[in-house]
Amino acid sequence: MTSPTDKPNDGGVPLPVVPAGATSGAPAEYPPASPAGRGMFGNQGTGDVSGYGGLVRQRQPIEEASRPYGGYFDEVRDALEEAYPAFNDAIEKVVVDRGELTLHVRPERIAEVCQVMRDDLALRFELCSSVSGADYLGADERRLHVVYLLTSMTYRRRVRLEAAVSVEAPHLPSVTAIYPTADWQEREAYDMFGIVFDGHPNLTRILMPDDWEGHPQRKDYPLGGVPVEYKGAEIQPPNERRSYQ
Amino acid sequence: MTTSNYASERETDEGRVFTVTGGDWDTIVSGTDPINDERIVVNMGPQHPSTHGVLRLILELEGETVREARSVIGYLHTGIEKNLEYRNWVQGSTFVTRMDYLAPIFNETAYALAVEKLLGITDDITERATTIRVLMMELNRISSHLVWLATTGMELGAISIMLYGFREREYILDIFETITGLRMNHAYVRPGGVAQDVPDEAIVKIREFLKMMPKKLKEYEDLLSGQPIWTERTKNVAVLDVTGCVALGITGPVLRSAGLAWDLRKTMPYCGYETYEFDVPTHPDGDVWGRYQVRLAEIRESMKLVEQALDRLRPGPVMVADRKIAWPAQLAIGVDGMGNSLEHVAKIMGQSMESLIHHFKLVTEGFRVPPGQVYVAIEAPRGELGVHAVSDGGTRPYRVHYREPSFVNLQALPAMAEGGLIADVIAGGASLDPVMGGCDR
Repeated sequence: MTSPTDKPNDGGVPLPVVPAGATSGAPAEYPPASPAGRGMFGNQGTGDVSGYGGLVRQRQPIEEASRPYGGYFDEVRDALEEAYPAFNDAIEKVVVDRGELTLHVRPERIAEVCQVMRDDLALRFELCSSVSGADYLGADERRLHVVYLLTSMTYRRRVRLEAAVSVEAPHLPSVTAIYPTADWQEREAYDMFGIVFDGHPNLTRILMPDDWEGHPQRKDYPLGGVPVEYKGAEIQPPNERRSYQ
Repeated sequence: MTTSNYASERETDEGRVFTVTGGDWDTIVSGTDPINDERIVVNMGPQHPSTHGVLRLILELEGETVREARSVIGYLHTGIEKNLEYRNWVQGSTFVTRMDYLAPIFNETAYALAVEKLLGITDDITERATTIRVLMMELNRISSHLVWLATTGMELGAISIMLYGFREREYILDIFETITGLRMNHAYVRPGGVAQDVPDEAIVKIREFLKMMPKKLKEYEDLLSGQPIWTERTKNVAVLDVTGCVALGITGPVLRSAGLAWDLRKTMPYCGYETYEFDVPTHPDGDVWGRYQVRLAEIRESMKLVEQALDRLRPGPVMVADRKIAWPAQLAIGVDGMGNSLEHVAKIMGQSMESLIHHFKLVTEGFRVPPGQVYVAIEAPRGELGVHAVSDGGTRPYRVHYREPSFVNLQALPAMAEGGLIADVIAGGASLDPVMGGCDR
């Protein structure tokens, strides 16, 4: 949880201190209160007006997995460890959650790891299904995460690689040389989150206009919107509506 | 290249020939530049009848040969992913259904599966709900492939097939309207199940459709397959082999037309597809013709699946039993589309205060989803449709990313078009079946 702040937020409204017990105790990766989830009336707590605002919700934190992971995950890890000598340096954390394996990779190593993942005979992740960004504002120093979803068509396996960079130095190597399909997807991550993929052949905006300012899917980028009238009542734009944590 | 008023020009085997009919010679020769004259840049789109929506292609041509092709997208970007972060989890269905507007059921199902996986209720989804999802998805696959056939036919000069394809698709949209209340943008598949049960009249309509469709398919094939123009325009055009497809991330019918039987319904099954009987059609050539053959065969396979799903439909609930997740009302179709049924409104407004509170909390606040991230992929008509969903434990999605097959597949256009004729850009682009609503999101 970010510490409560007296600094004015984007709207110039000072934010109230979070009441004790209203915090949710979510794990570091998952910020309990994002600016996106900030509702009407400057509410920062649970949004619960029933008088039970002190209720603490139990959340299962997501922790580093321990061996054995189960399924094919152990094989994947062992194969990568064997084929890639710098494994211990490159892999920050291994998480197994909801039947999915996530390898948190040091950003500067991501291209090397992808190369091994693609070429090693025991791994063979031939297809890079998806590359996308995610902004963990307030929960992670290196708040911009790049998420790669690799698919092995040979073994019918999937693995997620995640690399985190900071807003101040949002650089990591591009994987376009290994997976040409990452071309547009990296451009989208650049467009939406401002993540810079070094070595990308043509890192320009792809969905937003070329002269657009800012990176719209960052959490500190406002959604915007205008109030609308519906059956005589004025409805606030979505980012000003009440939200619940 | 400039055209002069004084000299009309034409191409011959010897080069360009000017027919001079008077005027100043210098003006005429200034029209041709021996070094740079060979290449022209043509800007195709964003509004162009054969670009499937607002896609812009910048083509560098040498005569009729395409030397370089670049696609420009983003004209239909609607910020759906960002918007999702400001609505609760259930409201997400109404947004994602609008992405790929030719395959709304797939968008919804992928989203629902992702949310269910985050909630850990994947195994609690009732059998009837899953069967209805399969039924709807396969009907949707047929309608999507019919639009592909219709638009591609039109783009290659076959107008009749355009009318026929849209006509049969309308029949499926009619079925969808009977079931969901809307032709498109249904928001029918929701986290936890489906919005409401399939009415009996819809079953009758689907049976009728299954009876009628094989004849229509025969008709399409009679129209196109033996047709010399259609064959000329599709065979050995825009070839992409398996290596190219995998490197560029191309999945779906395009990959299968190159010979690799990669279909997530078989290779990484979901929604119980492993229990259905169907084949994965492939084709060895990897050209537009192959894609046409694969899609026609897939319509037939989908019909098999629809039939099996119909036979499996047993009475039962279509929503999870957990009242903390299931939408409190059985919805009903009113004059203005789908809404809360009158009985439900009568109950919460007149009889049960607790029901009203429960309804209010669940509808305005929504359910909470435990923190974590998942990736769920399904086989959409255009290929792998993946949803990367992240929850921070709140009532709204923290991040939802769609791995849209249209977006990824469109990257293959330069690989297909460069070195070919400009006319084949249209055939190649159409064979990818891009839907810009999905591509730009």
